[in-house]
Amino acid sequence: MNAIVENLDLFRSGFLTTLGISLLGGLLAFVLGGILATFRVSPFRPLSGLSVLYVETVRNTPLTVVWFFMVFGLPLVGLGIGSFFIAGALALGVYTAPFVAEVIRSGINSVSLGQAEAARSIGLTFSQSLRLVVLPQALRTVVPPLGNLWIALVKNSSIGAAFAVTEITAVATRLSNGFPGAVIQIFVGAAVAYLLITLTSSAGIAYLEKKAVILR
Amino acid sequence: MKHIFGKRTILAGAAVALAFSLAACSSDGASESDAASVASPEFADGTTMADIASAGSITIGTKFDQPGFGLLNPSSNEPEGFDVEIGKMIAGQLGIAPENITWVESVSANREPFIQEGKVDLVVATYTINDDRKKVISFAGPYYQAGQDIMVAKGNPLGITGPDDLAGKNVCSVEGSTPAENIRTNYPEAQLTLFDVYSKCAEALKNGQVDAVTTDNVILLGIIFQDPESFEMVNNPFTEEPYGIGVQLEDTDFRSFINDSLEQSFADGSWASAWDSTAGAFVATPQPPAVNRY
Amino acid sequence: MSTQTVLFDELGPRGKKLVRIGTYIGALLVAILIALAGLQLYNEGQLEPERWEILINPDSGVPQGLTRALFATLRVALIAMVISMILGTLLSAGRLSEHRWVRIPTTFIVQFFRGIPLLLLIFFSYLALPRLGISLDLFWTLIVGLTAYNMAVLGEIFRAGILSIDKGQSEAAYAIGMRKSQVMVFVLVPQAVRRMLPAIVSQLVTLLKDTSLGFVIGYFELLRQGRAYVDYFGAKFGLQIYVAVALFYILTNLALSSFARWLEKRSRSNPKATKALGQLVEDDLVPID
Repeated sequence: MNAIVENLDLFRSGFLTTLGISLLGGLLAFVLGGILATFRVSPFRPLSGLSVLYVETVRNTPLTVVWFFMVFGLPLVGLGIGSFFIAGALALGVYTAPFVAEVIRSGINSVSLGQAEAARSIGLTFSQSLRLVVLPQALRTVVPPLGNLWIALVKNSSIGAAFAVTEITAVATRLSNGFPGAVIQIFVGAAVAYLLITLTSSAGIAYLEKKAVILR
Repeated sequence: MKHIFGKRTILAGAAVALAFSLAACSSDGASESDAASVASPEFADGTTMADIASAGSITIGTKFDQPGFGLLNPSSNEPEGFDVEIGKMIAGQLGIAPENITWVESVSANREPFIQEGKVDLVVATYTINDDRKKVISFAGPYYQAGQDIMVAKGNPLGITGPDDLAGKNVCSVEGSTPAENIRTNYPEAQLTLFDVYSKCAEALKNGQVDAVTTDNVILLGIIFQDPESFEMVNNPFTEEPYGIGVQLEDTDFRSFINDSLEQSFADGSWASAWDSTAGAFVATPQPPAVNRY
Repeated sequence: MSTQTVLFDELGPRGKKLVRIGTYIGALLVAILIALAGLQLYNEGQLEPERWEILINPDSGVPQGLTRALFATLRVALIAMVISMILGTLLSAGRLSEHRWVRIPTTFIVQFFRGIPLLLLIFFSYLALPRLGISLDLFWTLIVGLTAYNMAVLGEIFRAGILSIDKGQSEAAYAIGMRKSQVMVFVLVPQAVRRMLPAIVSQLVTLLKDTSLGFVIGYFELLRQGRAYVDYFGAKFGLQIYVAVALFYILTNLALSSFARWLEKRSRSNPKATKALGQLVEDDLVPID
């Protein structure tokens, strides 16, 4: 127990780093995923082709490899990023975006056809139909899977430990080296830190789901 | 009439005397051999040496990613380097040929656990002797004296001459390592960036993402040797890192044996030739240190 | 017709012309970006043939080593998959049990292992198991870590599958006198597995990607082997080697994903399977990480 109690500060900063990089990465994933979904349905072939290429490549590559390219590959093409934290958030965002795009796409498709047809028939344009009719309804279907993507992202932030981001797993590694006898306690401590985020998020998603059902 | 020593006692005494003289003869034979594999050395029963020698194989922990000391050749799947040669030499003294050595990768974090759990018989892996570690395992050696140093980009653009110059700069090391801990404790104004391996630190230095890399000088030299156009050494070692061979705590017999083997290799030139064939490619052969039989 | 195609009208001649111009401009932009990146790489000397040669030249040992490592990766993934499937079945049965003393611990196990990062699990299998007296080699340590996580995910997939089966099936089985365990084993689980096959194969793809986390404990899977080559040949070859590693992963996973998609298409013709899959997508158990 000493290992954890003496180092609560370190645990706290690791926890905040995990939360921070996940939020930043999540935001990026959401925005990028939205863009990818839009590209995918657009009539411009280079855009939809690019989107498909991106999704297929990144979805089939492990996050460790994507992260490596974000941190060490980008500088080689002149796009070096100063901070390893930001590079990590970029890696998380770039990796999760394809999954977000797929979820958004199935969300849009899950809205019954009649809705889109009715919107078009009263004269709404593409963006208006999307914005006013389809997306609000799609949101309801999309919340649980997006929530699960968020949880997966938080867990994936642990890869940052290998890429100069001192988050929870990195803290656990450092402490295991310093207090080799307390390995099991440190593990439980790190697990609790993650579960705090993941279980809270699960509860939040379940709550949002219920609210959305009532709205209907 | 009663004899003072019965017949049985005399026979027993003769047997003991015979055993002693035989033992003396065979141990004399063992110490006359050279660093090459001994045909069949004899050790006292119950010692680690006897167990290993009779098993005919030994498990040695070493590094797999330190050029010059312990670097895995991915094609042959065997590590190569100075630590590896030292390991082979000790195995040879136990009568074990290099083919019968099982090499286990021992990253810094699990050198002590591996020894304590008996996963390896000994560890020779750029292993610095310090008092904290002596509480859980025992060291033979040292067999080399390294020092913590700093590596910078070629041309030293930031003019770093020593650890004090690291204040406010971005210095890279490995998470959980002693050099990192040293910087954190003694030079807290330096900004530490911590990866899981030194090769990532080298990559980061090359891209200008960090200003310097710090760890033991021989490890840095190995990296520089692979890419001399990109890196250079500040060459101002600021700690003493005596490399030792880790064995189980309180195994004094094994420690003495290894120390004896080391001193022998210092004297008969096998230590120097092991160096020449490995790290000697980028560092001139130093003088062997004095072993510390604490 | 899906919603996304209804959202805009069929384009007229002007529209088509605009699209064609847009397509050419778009393609040109993409080509320029790639050329810029390529130029940057060229200036850094990354495109020198000698750097890329080690990937193709068998003398360097790199192609053989990477292929060997790929098989090491596949071995771990397949064995972990098989063990996780067995344990996952047990966990799903546990979660559906009527006995609270079974249901609650299994729910706890599933929620715990799904809520923490796999990296943490693997790393600590490595450090903590020996302290508990269990001494395993790298291969089995990695399997333990991967299995702990995957059995929880697969357990949930199976549970959704079992729940999606028509109530009539289990009712009929009970009616002919089968006990709960027999109903599970002979009626429910076989149907559930068949229905969930695409999701299971998708999870295999995820598992394959997750084996790359074995690098943290030094297991010589694909990523670790790549790093060993970079350590051995020098950081000069870093980009090239990791590109090769990425390609290996992408191609292997593409093959598996295509297989999963083919299975999915086959089950599309089966409406019950589609419904079950739909439920899974909604619960987002079709793997996403």
